[in-house]
Amino acid sequence: MQYLLSVIHDSGDLATDEEMAAIDVFNERLQTEGHWVFAGGLGVTDAATVIDNRGPEPVFTDGPFVESKEYLVGFWIIEAADLDVALKLGAEGSKACNRKVEVRPFL
Amino acid sequence: MSTVDVGEAITRAHRAEWARVVASLTRRFGDLDVAEEAAAEAFATAVERWPADGVPPNPGGWLTTTANRRAIDRLRREAKRDAKQQEARMSYADPPDPFLSLPLSPSASPIEDERLRLVFTCCHPALAMDSRVALTLRMVGGLTVAEIARAFLVGEATMGQRLTRAKAKIKAARIPYRVPSEQDLPERLAGVLAVLYLVFNEGYLATGPGTDPVRQDLTAEAIRLTRLLRALRPDDGEVAGLLALMLLTEARRTARVSPDGELVPLDEQDRADWDRELIAEGHRLVRERLATGAAPGRYQVLAAINAVHTSARRAGDTDWSQVIALYDQLARLDRSPIVALNRAVAVAELDGPGVALAAVDRLDPELAGYHAYHATRADLLRRLNRRQESRAAYERAIELAGNAAEAAALARRRDRLS
Repeated sequence: MQYLLSVIHDSGDLATDEEMAAIDVFNERLQTEGHWVFAGGLGVTDAATVIDNRGPEPVFTDGPFVESKEYLVGFWIIEAADLDVALKLGAEGSKACNRKVEVRPFL
Repeated sequence: MSTVDVGEAITRAHRAEWARVVASLTRRFGDLDVAEEAAAEAFATAVERWPADGVPPNPGGWLTTTANRRAIDRLRREAKRDAKQQEARMSYADPPDPFLSLPLSPSASPIEDERLRLVFTCCHPALAMDSRVALTLRMVGGLTVAEIARAFLVGEATMGQRLTRAKAKIKAARIPYRVPSEQDLPERLAGVLAVLYLVFNEGYLATGPGTDPVRQDLTAEAIRLTRLLRALRPDDGEVAGLLALMLLTEARRTARVSPDGELVPLDEQDRADWDRELIAEGHRLVRERLATGAAPGRYQVLAAINAVHTSARRAGDTDWSQVIALYDQLARLDRSPIVALNRAVAVAELDGPGVALAAVDRLDPELAGYHAYHATRADLLRRLNRRQESRAAYERAIELAGNAAEAAALARRRDRLS
């Protein structure tokens, strides 16, 4: 079962050196214990472009799809046996990167 | 066997076996929905068949077997519609079993363990609190959706949706069906205790029109489940505290409602009607916790307060300074204005209604919508001979009271004013 751990924050500021070091430790652990699938950080929402090509012409809009105080700044995709494992990893991920984390299962 | 006897046998079986049937099917099929519907169908079949065929010698076994067949029928039907879905279901049917490695008292049977897993699943922290309570009452307590809806003053459709959403989340997010691991147990336990206390309280002061003022099925279920937890965690102070609190409260149940359906306040209860055995067991638990010398949590302090009340032979013998000291201790753990309100009730006994009223009036903005706040004020104003204000406070309390027996008692007190 795969889960998306979304990292939620109110600024796109890069992680501090200390946070980066903690994230590295956490990533390594995910890999050693077989939970690792993929992870990445995301650019600021100012860099986002929304495309709607459901009509006759694609429409490109500058900016994120929703304006909010907090947004997605990065994510992990992990493999976990059940929600308890995913929540525990999510809690450790949140501690490591010093940001909020949302846990959601893949279908 | 008469129809009445069969009806009673079904009611008894429902109370005793519902959670076991649901738990064993959940374990087998890994799906709360399948388990619940199959269990409901099995009980419906019993209602049809038992009056004609007689009550089977082992009702629990009969119900489990019938429910299992129903569940398999349903899964077969679904498998025809969606073979893949069936595959996913069966692969989830036999999860690893960390529970078996947990220490359990020898008296806890495997069947009871199953119910405990069900409790922990229904009380999972990933679910909203109101969903946890509703799900526990439905899956573990066996209440109908209509009963739970009535208990929480929401429409049946709303409650049905809440339950459906909670079950869907359990499935989609893969909330595991198990008792949490040893290191996770303490924090998960706190949530379970909160749910069980809510269930108990709903039983002890049942809300809604047409409901018995005391729902013994709910209080008994809450006590039974708390006993199960205690078997699992015999050294946990708060589990012991909650059990003691429930026992000491339950002990007064019979004395608490008058024959004409009015709530009888503590100081007017006939103490001869209290259940001595439950009180003795509650006191034993409280003493046991005191002897450990460990700092007590909220439930242990509440149990200690109830121990003081139930130690007094007459209401006038109550050690009020002890009660106030315990409320002070409780206030440090729980800053809720309700604690302050209850403390004021004890203050009235020791320092008089004037001092208590001043303390109660300070709680106004926070508790203005709470019936017990107005009932307490009304009582204090009555004792201060401020009748008109007392009457107004009684009116407001009656308006806000959700429990019929309590409203009746308040109305009588109001009528006695003139």
